[in-house]
Amino acid sequence: MSDLTAVPKAIAGPSSYLDDRLGAGNFLKRNLRKIFPDHWSFLLGEIALYSFIILLLTGTFLTFWFQPSMTEVVYNGSYAPLKGVMMSQAYASALEISFDVRGGLLMRQMHHWAALMFVAGMMVHMLRVFFTGAYRKPRELNWVIGVLLLTLALAEGLTGYSLPDDLLSGAGARITQGVIVSLPLVGTYLSFFLFGGEYPGTDIIPRFYSLHILLIPGILLALISAHMVLMWVQKHTQMPGKGRNNRNVVGAPFYPAFMAKAGAYFLFTFAAVAGMATFAQINPIWLFGPYTPADISAGSQPDFYMGFLEGSLRLMPAWEINLFGTAHAGTLPLSVIIPALVPMGIIMTGLALYPFIEQWVTGDRREHHVVERPRNNPHRTSIGMAAITFYGVLWLLGANDEISAFFHVSLNWTTYVGRVLVFVGPALAYLITYRMCLGLQRSDAAVVSHGVESGVIKRLPHGEFIEIHTPPADDIEAHLRGKEPVPMLPVREDTSGIPPKGMRGPLGKLRARMSKAYGGEKIPLDEGHPHEEIEEHAGVGSEGEDRSLTR
Amino acid sequence: MTRITAWRRHPLARYAVLILALALVGMVYTAFIQASRPADAALASGKVDDVAEGRSLFQAHCASCHGLNAQGTSTGPTLIGVGAAAVDFQVSTGRMPAANPGAQAPRKPVAPWVNEEKIRQLGAYVQSLGGGPQVPGKEQVDPAKGDAGKGGELFRANCIQCHNWAGAGGALTQGKYAPNLNESSPTQIYEAMITGPQAMPVFNDTTITPEEKRSMIAYITQVREQKDPGGFGLGRIGPVTEGLVGWIAGISAMVLAAIWITAKKRQKS
Repeated sequence: MSDLTAVPKAIAGPSSYLDDRLGAGNFLKRNLRKIFPDHWSFLLGEIALYSFIILLLTGTFLTFWFQPSMTEVVYNGSYAPLKGVMMSQAYASALEISFDVRGGLLMRQMHHWAALMFVAGMMVHMLRVFFTGAYRKPRELNWVIGVLLLTLALAEGLTGYSLPDDLLSGAGARITQGVIVSLPLVGTYLSFFLFGGEYPGTDIIPRFYSLHILLIPGILLALISAHMVLMWVQKHTQMPGKGRNNRNVVGAPFYPAFMAKAGAYFLFTFAAVAGMATFAQINPIWLFGPYTPADISAGSQPDFYMGFLEGSLRLMPAWEINLFGTAHAGTLPLSVIIPALVPMGIIMTGLALYPFIEQWVTGDRREHHVVERPRNNPHRTSIGMAAITFYGVLWLLGANDEISAFFHVSLNWTTYVGRVLVFVGPALAYLITYRMCLGLQRSDAAVVSHGVESGVIKRLPHGEFIEIHTPPADDIEAHLRGKEPVPMLPVREDTSGIPPKGMRGPLGKLRARMSKAYGGEKIPLDEGHPHEEIEEHAGVGSEGEDRSLTR
Repeated sequence: MTRITAWRRHPLARYAVLILALALVGMVYTAFIQASRPADAALASGKVDDVAEGRSLFQAHCASCHGLNAQGTSTGPTLIGVGAAAVDFQVSTGRMPAANPGAQAPRKPVAPWVNEEKIRQLGAYVQSLGGGPQVPGKEQVDPAKGDAGKGGELFRANCIQCHNWAGAGGALTQGKYAPNLNESSPTQIYEAMITGPQAMPVFNDTTITPEEKRSMIAYITQVREQKDPGGFGLGRIGPVTEGLVGWIAGISAMVLAAIWITAKKRQKS
């Protein structure tokens, strides 16, 4: 009789062979039991990860046929309306992939949809990390890697968008070149360096191709690996809850539970990308036609992740400075430099520096493994929403021609409104979000101190009706009680009224002021009456402060 | 000789001579009058009443903005010299008579009184005022006779700045817009090019020859009839709708999937 618990020889043999040579057993034993906390928002980053895998696979397929060459050829493929038209080899081969390679169009569309999902997935993941404060120590460096990944993804998207050499990709390359030449002093040199001479030249497509399929994906892959390794080593953050603290991780082990979920989520991503690629046409290059610098089309737009730059360019008034009052001495085209660099600078630099600025303001150098709920750090959440609004207005206005055409509003007015909204919107978003956060905190405090409504109405001897409140479930209460006050700098003046080192001077005073505003506890959870004392509260018929039976 | 002399003395001869003379004078008069009238297509083809009919149609439906003699008013431009092609384009697309003054008269269902004959009569009247571009013949706008590849190049060079690469239309300044070309008939496309309606410039025959116009029509009609090979065309307006689909369909679906696979039954405490 064989022992059911013994490992069959067919498995044991090769396993120990490998284990003896690789020492994999110990590694796997340790890591397969890695605990992953469970929350839906923790999966959002995986959208980007899996999209990246799809991008690598479909991209490899596309390289089998794509020819990154600007040699002029006469099109003679299957697409009738372009027959006999002169075009670059790059565009002709992209058309060949679309119409003459079996499965080529599906692969092209999957590649493009996956690219959109890649960047969008990164964005939602980044917002999750930001709003929950998951970037705090010890994860600041991983956050910076994430910002680098996002920046590189934009560059990867831009180079990929330019490759087919259709009319839209040419428009994108033209704007890129316009931004480059607008840079003071070095602009023209950089442009000639990048394009190998006058725009457009014949070098740009092969160069972008090398960047797009080799250099940038290589760096992306390395950074993604680093991102994952750091996440693995530092362990994933967890939501506040029952039995969760900064010294443990509560969740399911990697094998089998989390692996199954991650595997399923990969399949979901694949299904979403393949589904969109099957049913929704993306980047129909055959409609755009080949690129010639003389042609430009209405509705020329970048992919969505570049939309905010397009919008800032459209919003900008036509300002320029002619040095020494003449165009011969040089022109500073503010109408290009400002929209191209300022919003990007604000958003990307702001993202990269935020963890460090927050640390500087709060003086919080502790390790955090339990994340914060967005409402419990109202200023951070409001800053985030203001940034989203700023980005969102620019993004929206990048499509102002389509908005104008579709909703029949004047194009000029979309621009005027956008110019105001880009400043007023973030301020409004900040105020509204801040009030909402405090309101939600108050509602949490009410749940913790008064309990939840039970639906049972009770009539008291003197005729008053009250609704009985019951204490919240343990896990909910633990989740709510995971709230911590936002840390503040200890600003204690010494006996002679001199603030501590680092708090002096204008910068130090600013730091102290910001810390005071940013930190602290606005709405304490237990407003002096924990719920053990109070179980029933007046519902109907009493105004203002709740009254309790027991008091 | 005696026979002719005998007829000359016939009692009815004087009447015959009178009738012949009258007929001769009548013919000369008619010819003279014809020649002195404006050289007009309708009259030359004997359709005198087209102009008269057109005039009364004009006075009933158009004169309030364009003036009783089409001389133009503060609310409508003069129509002297715009030609029958302009009338055919504006009326057959429903743009005229305009419903209300605005940045631009939109395409709309034609007015109830409008039919092909009425448009021809109106056109004949406007044509009689001062000439102008004529309605193109069937041959001139036949897409089958054009070269779509050549037409596409001209289309990209001249039209898509406003009308978009697939003729989906686009916005212009101050509420004006370039309409989409999906509903325009080949004749209307041709007429738009030679008359330059509303915000559109005129592409006359020296800029773009009639053959080239026909090729452009061939490209426009071929592209708009083509079934989108990649799925739903998303309005053929490019990355804006693609981004919307990516976020609304793609990311939303992924968020729902994430919520679904991490959902668990709440434990009773």
